[in-house]
Amino acid sequence: MSRRHIISLLMENEAGALSRVAGLFSARAYNIESLTVAPTEDATLSRMTIVTVGSEDIIEQITKQLNKLVDVIKVMDLTEGSHIERELMLVKLRAVGADREEIKRTADIFRGNIIDVTESTYTIELTGAGSKLDAFLEAIDSASIIETVRTGASGIGRGERSLKV
Amino acid sequence: MIFYQFMEATGAEIVVRCLAEEGVEFVFGYPGGAVLNIYDEIFKQNKFKHVLVRHEQAAVHAADAYARSTGRVGVALVTSGPGVTNAVTGIATAYMDSIPIVVVTGQVPTPAIGLDAFQEVDTVGITRPCVKHNFLVKDVKDLAATMKKAFIIAATGRPGPVVVDVPKDVTYHTTDFEYPATVEMRSYSPVVKGHSGQMKRAVQMLLEAKRPMIYAGGGVVLGDASEQLAELTRLLGFPVTNTLMGLGGYPATDRQNLGMLGMHGTYEANMAMQHSDVLLAVGARFDDRVIGNPAHFAREQRRIIHIDVDPSSISKRVKVDVPIVGDVKNVLTDMLALLKQAKEKPDAAALNAWWTQIELWRSKNCLKYNRSSPIIKPQYVVEKLWEVTKGDAFVTSDVGQHQMWAAQYYKFDKPRRWINSGGLGTMGVGLPYAMGVQLAFPDAQVACITGESSIQMNIQELSTCKQYRIPVKVITLNNRYMGMVRQWQEFFYGSRYAESYMESLPDFVKLAESYGHVGMRIDKPEDVEAALKEAFSPALRERMVFMDFQTDQTENVFPMVEGGKGLSEMILAEEL
Ligand SMILES: Cc1cc2nc3c(=O)[nH]c(=O)nc-3n(C[C@H](O)[C@H](O)[C@H](O)COP(=O)(O)OP(=O)(O)OC[C@H]3O[C@@H](n4cnc5c(N)ncnc54)[C@H](O)[C@@H]3O)c2cc1C
Ligand SMILES: Cc1ncc(C[n+]2csc(CCOP(=O)(O)OP(=O)(O)O)c2C)c(N)n1
Ligand SMILES: [Mg+2]
Repeated sequence: MSRRHIISLLMENEAGALSRVAGLFSARAYNIESLTVAPTEDATLSRMTIVTVGSEDIIEQITKQLNKLVDVIKVMDLTEGSHIERELMLVKLRAVGADREEIKRTADIFRGNIIDVTESTYTIELTGAGSKLDAFLEAIDSASIIETVRTGASGIGRGERSLKV
Repeated sequence: MIFYQFMEATGAEIVVRCLAEEGVEFVFGYPGGAVLNIYDEIFKQNKFKHVLVRHEQAAVHAADAYARSTGRVGVALVTSGPGVTNAVTGIATAYMDSIPIVVVTGQVPTPAIGLDAFQEVDTVGITRPCVKHNFLVKDVKDLAATMKKAFIIAATGRPGPVVVDVPKDVTYHTTDFEYPATVEMRSYSPVVKGHSGQMKRAVQMLLEAKRPMIYAGGGVVLGDASEQLAELTRLLGFPVTNTLMGLGGYPATDRQNLGMLGMHGTYEANMAMQHSDVLLAVGARFDDRVIGNPAHFAREQRRIIHIDVDPSSISKRVKVDVPIVGDVKNVLTDMLALLKQAKEKPDAAALNAWWTQIELWRSKNCLKYNRSSPIIKPQYVVEKLWEVTKGDAFVTSDVGQHQMWAAQYYKFDKPRRWINSGGLGTMGVGLPYAMGVQLAFPDAQVACITGESSIQMNIQELSTCKQYRIPVKVITLNNRYMGMVRQWQEFFYGSRYAESYMESLPDFVKLAESYGHVGMRIDKPEDVEAALKEAFSPALRERMVFMDFQTDQTENVFPMVEGGKGLSEMILAEEL
């Protein structure tokens, strides 16, 4: 049975590190829903969060293959334990007439912030698990959406569960 | 080399000194603009020998064969751009068979990278999917440590090729040179010792087995563990089979060895594999050519123990019950100690019954062929080669039917004697492989069993053999067909032989002679033995001999497991 997994990893912050991971996924035909990467507080390290979908066997191969990359230091499947997932979305909406109030109310319900306003548009910033962002988009009249930008998920273990060198 | 320490050196000098420090004997290479500084330093040194090949692909193959036959890291050096793209097939070939090599590649100067400079390719990008790791060295200060890392990564854990891409400006920049004895890499630490609990479970399982089977692969050869494998197998009294890559890992002439398994494996090995109740897989990766249809393979109930240094080889294609991650030599040594301590012994009655069954399978004599044919049978040539060389030659091969016949009929009793491309199946490896082996073992008998199609893929290396007086013996099983392709077309495409006929062949005898080698053409079965004896006689010891055996055009490789079929559903010769 295929399930969604969030895999976190730490790797050497070297040129080409991202392409090693991305190349692995495409070469072995694994799914990538999203991939985010940035240096950590230690600039020699990159932290990556990969959201993928696959059966247990495939996820096992994915974690093994990631671990096998020479630059990868640690790999953790966040979905194996309790964890927090957050994604940032920016949405630009056509907001005129009665829609303006309606959109603002919906944004409030989802704890979104309106971060840019013009006579005819709102830009809303929203943070949450991917499913919350999906729900927001569903709650909005799709005709009013001008553009959406999503960062892809970042994840972290709860409590003492952590991924460190 | 205290003398070198803390002295300013150019990048080119550093590359050369690092190679010398690593004890490299041969660098197989081909010069070009981006590596001229390195070549200039090679000119000035005498620590290692540079072997000038005639095509970069052959440089990598030769380095690869040096590694396969000696167990040491092979080294190749090529220029940027086309030098690199020519080398890629060699790198991918080594990668698929887990062979430790370091390939140093020239690159355009760092300021020119990304500008579509003359002879620029993204070497790190092109090679990334077919290397264990690769590096682009942008600063001469990182060069020595990077070279050290490359050698460590290539040789440890699951071995593999490492590419070090060196831009031209880095080769003339200078820095203090010190070659580090080792380099710590926090992200790289292969597991070497097996898990003790898992090893205990494995030993228990082996002792309870009724129909045990040992399936030994290339990992036994790569891990230099054939002694341990032999001791374990003999202590247990179990049957053993080798993959194509594992041949020689257990003596082929030993009764406990059922021969190679897989698509062209023996009847007895495939039947025993399929019907075993406990399977010990040692340094083998359950390749698709080995287990046939996985669903069919899984039909029989069997418990599997898998020893492999690479966790990703375990439960990749076949689910296993007892995974043991570790170096095969360590793990087998520890398991042997556990076995010797155990109070239980293998189930003698069950083993007896199992061997009776196996002997029945063996009595099918699945490798028989027509010995009274008036046309030379390829199998006969290989058998005679085995006799003439007393089973002690290094044998390289190309890819095709001849490769399978070499694997089936040359009985390898020692590891690292059988040098071929299993994973990538690269036609053209045979001759450069033979060169790499012969240079490593100048006094050994080295034979290259090839086909008339494969040999033409790197035939230019006859010139390298001339330059360095490399006395390999090329044994061409010339069936005037891409035989392996023809066989599939006969079986699965209604005998429509689309483009598999090798027309316009050269006169191989004259071709060999034009390079100053000895050429022989053999047309009749009765001349085979004498010709081989002559080729391997003291008189021709120093000479490269090219033997063109005109073999049966219609001969096929048996047994054969068709694609999609189960391992026990073989086509045997007599059934046609
Ligand atoms: C025309 C053709 C026909 C073929 N037909 C057959 C056939 O009939 N039968 C057959 O067997 N093959 C056949 N092959 C070859 C096949 O494609 C594979 O290359 C081969 O089966 C793989 O062998 P292996 O499983 O031993 O693995 P290898 O590729 O040799 O891999 C070695 C394994 O051992 C592990 N390892 C390496 N070092 C160590 C160590 N120190 N300790 C522990 N583990 C280690 C590695 O991680 C890896 O998993 C054919 C190839 C061609 C080109
Ligand atoms: C580089 C490359 N191209 C194509 C193939 C596909 N292929 C496998 S075997 C074979 C024919 C080999 O013919 P030959 O060398 O004459 O050997 P034979 O099978 O006749 O013994 C071909 C074309 C390959 N393995 N490698
Ligand atoms: Mg042929």
